[in-house]
Amino acid sequence: MQVLRRATLTSRAVRTLQSARRWLQSPSLTTERHGYLPDSQSPITPELKFFNSVTDHGGKIPTYRVLDGVGMPIDGAEMPEISETFARKIYENMVLLPTLDTLLYNVQRQGKISFYVTSYGEEATIIGSAAALAPDDEVLGQYRESGVLLWRGFGLDNIVAQCLGNEEDTSGKGKQMPVHFGSPQFHFLTISSPLATQIPHAAGVAYAITRSPRRGKNCAAVYFGEGAASEGDFHAGMLFASTIPSPTLFIVRNNGFAISTPAAEQYHGDGIAARGPGYGVWTVRVDGNDVLAVLGAIREARKRCIEEGRGVLVEAMTYRVGHHSTSDDSFAYRSRSEVEDKKRIDNPITRFRLFMESQGWWSKDEEDALRARLKKDVMQAFKRAEGMQKPELQEMFTDVYGGEEPWNIREQREELAGLLKKYGNDWEPWKSELERFKGKGQEWLKK
Amino acid sequence: MTVRDALNAAMEEEMLRDETVFILGEEVARYNGAYKVTKGLLDKFGERRVVDTPITEMGFAGVAVGAALAGLRPICEFMTFNFAMQAIDQIVNSAGKTYYMSGGNVPCPVVFRGPNGAAAGVAAQHSQDYAAWYGQVPGLKVVSPWSAEDCKGLLKYLHMYSNLCFTPQSAIRDPNPVVFLENEMLYGVSFPMSEAALQDDFLLPIGKAKVEREGSDVTIVAHSKMVTHSLEAAELLAKEGIKAEVINLRSIRPLDIDTIKKSVKKTNRLVTVEGGFPAFSVGSEICAQIVESEAFDYLDAPVERVTGADIPTPYAKNLEDLAFPDTPLIVKVAKRALYRTN
Ligand SMILES: Cc1ncc(C[n+]2csc(CCOP(=O)(O)OP(=O)(O)O)c2C)c(N)n1
Ligand SMILES: [Mg+2]
Repeated sequence: MQVLRRATLTSRAVRTLQSARRWLQSPSLTTERHGYLPDSQSPITPELKFFNSVTDHGGKIPTYRVLDGVGMPIDGAEMPEISETFARKIYENMVLLPTLDTLLYNVQRQGKISFYVTSYGEEATIIGSAAALAPDDEVLGQYRESGVLLWRGFGLDNIVAQCLGNEEDTSGKGKQMPVHFGSPQFHFLTISSPLATQIPHAAGVAYAITRSPRRGKNCAAVYFGEGAASEGDFHAGMLFASTIPSPTLFIVRNNGFAISTPAAEQYHGDGIAARGPGYGVWTVRVDGNDVLAVLGAIREARKRCIEEGRGVLVEAMTYRVGHHSTSDDSFAYRSRSEVEDKKRIDNPITRFRLFMESQGWWSKDEEDALRARLKKDVMQAFKRAEGMQKPELQEMFTDVYGGEEPWNIREQREELAGLLKKYGNDWEPWKSELERFKGKGQEWLKK
Repeated sequence: MTVRDALNAAMEEEMLRDETVFILGEEVARYNGAYKVTKGLLDKFGERRVVDTPITEMGFAGVAVGAALAGLRPICEFMTFNFAMQAIDQIVNSAGKTYYMSGGNVPCPVVFRGPNGAAAGVAAQHSQDYAAWYGQVPGLKVVSPWSAEDCKGLLKYLHMYSNLCFTPQSAIRDPNPVVFLENEMLYGVSFPMSEAALQDDFLLPIGKAKVEREGSDVTIVAHSKMVTHSLEAAELLAKEGIKAEVINLRSIRPLDIDTIKKSVKKTNRLVTVEGGFPAFSVGSEICAQIVESEAFDYLDAPVERVTGADIPTPYAKNLEDLAFPDTPLIVKVAKRALYRTN
């Protein structure tokens, strides 16, 4: 470790020196004769000059894009390598995500689940980034990243089971709100509701990776919204991944809104990307509606992240087409026409389909067949899950603590058991309620 | 052995035994800890396992949680629990609830430790007892040790279990986050250590109180530094022929109410003592649980809570002294329970 640290310090010092030299060569600035501030290598200048930009030219950070609005590679585009099979897999998942969203959104509207969030408009950001990660990179999501799990093969049944909180819910045995997925098998940490807490967690997960044989092979990728980036946890997470270095890949989905608050009210500076260099973190801004640009940017970011063993930041610029969640009606704060325009003019799925067609990788027939198949798959998964029971009632008391059950948990369990024994077989409201649980509460009634 | 040395020995022994244990916090490495509790550990284990962090409690508590979720066993040191307020969301919402909300998929065995409770001459923002705050949270275990033996045995117990937890098939798992509330004014205090406590396999279970002194006339329940005052009070009471039983709680959550009930059934009188504020305090909880239980029928006098004054801790020494329980006050209240004074 000591050796490694010295090595990174040295290369960092070299970079600092190089940029200092460039700075010196610019005519408006100081000359070599003023030297450098000891320790910090900051060149000394007699000029009083404030700055408020992280770019060389003092302007806004540019956005990396490879496909134009109609899916054609733009001039000089650095295209990521991609095979036909891989492209088809990406496209199918980009279409699956909104198909699933529409079903579960409607299920919520019918009152069958309490809550849901859709990913409408962010399909390229989510699927493109998932496709650039290794399947065993640890992912820490915010809540709008179910597409990562779809990409990894978590499966529709698992998704629906979590949202319904039924006996097959492997994410949390029905103990979490809908969309709070989690899966050790698919390297996806359980979603945490308080915003941004997952960001320092990611730095910790990545630190743990550096202490294991996975060092140099995997990173921890953390997703969050531009709104969540205002939380202190974001700053702490970035600071940690750079100072106590760990391979943490920060993926911010700048989708224009935090519920009703427009992104422009979330910061006065140049988005979230401008903050990266403040922490000594390699940063790139990418067109989040261009799936190939996202794929290319995240691939390169991941490579740097793992090679240097330090944080890397990617800001994906996209647009939240759907409402924030099922608790929100966004037409109270933005016009319907704005949303319709975005859907039409800057649709990530259409853009990629046009690219696929231009390559001869996709046709109208395939499109129709895919849409019909996905709709059927999704409906089937829901129908299958709808009839299922809730997890066993006693699960309410499990997993508060691991190991030996403390008396205060046991006492509550026994109290409920007593009540169920007394009333559960006879009192109608309880009798019918028990029917909904796996085992119908028999494990209690018998005891 | 001093409390400081006991904590240090516990951490060193566990780090030797278990590669996954590591320490992080402000000033824990090069400076050996703000109160020198981590002294020498950097030299022994290197900077990958004794990690100085930037100054953000929320940040390093979050990193500790993340590392635990990914299989390490962090010891997260706060300079004092007053500063852990910045991290309380990570302790309560992330560490305390992830195991439950993931249906047992993701354990989070972090030990959050550091000095807690009133210190001397550091005013309101550095002098507060958080036992009742954390004691409220399902999913957390909360320990408030008093002696060197308590510190060594309880701190090691945590790691004993967390280590076993690393073997996924193991029947015994303790994936729980623990809040370990030390007391700054006890760090330098020496306690005799039994032969057993000096061994590196010495463990004390969480959730068990200890009867430090047996008696039959009145039960005094205390934790942390208040155990010292309670034992002194018992000594003074003995001179007047009053036999006080002193219980050292050790664990705040789970609370060992059985030991207290047993004692109350014998003495018929109960006094609780703590350095925290009175409202919704540890004493309030003990009182409520006794009143709800069969032990209520055994009480011959009202239960009384001896606590800190219900004001932000004063800075001035004379006022600060008046704001916290001392030995004479405990003597007085114990006698009141016996109707020997008012
Ligand atoms: C600590 C905390 N504060 C507030 C909330 C309520 N809340 C949930 S989502 C949200 C907006 C987040 O916006 P952003 O991070 O941009 O993500 P997006 O919804 O746009 O994907 C807010 C304020 C919360 N969950 N946690
Ligand atoms: Mg947003």
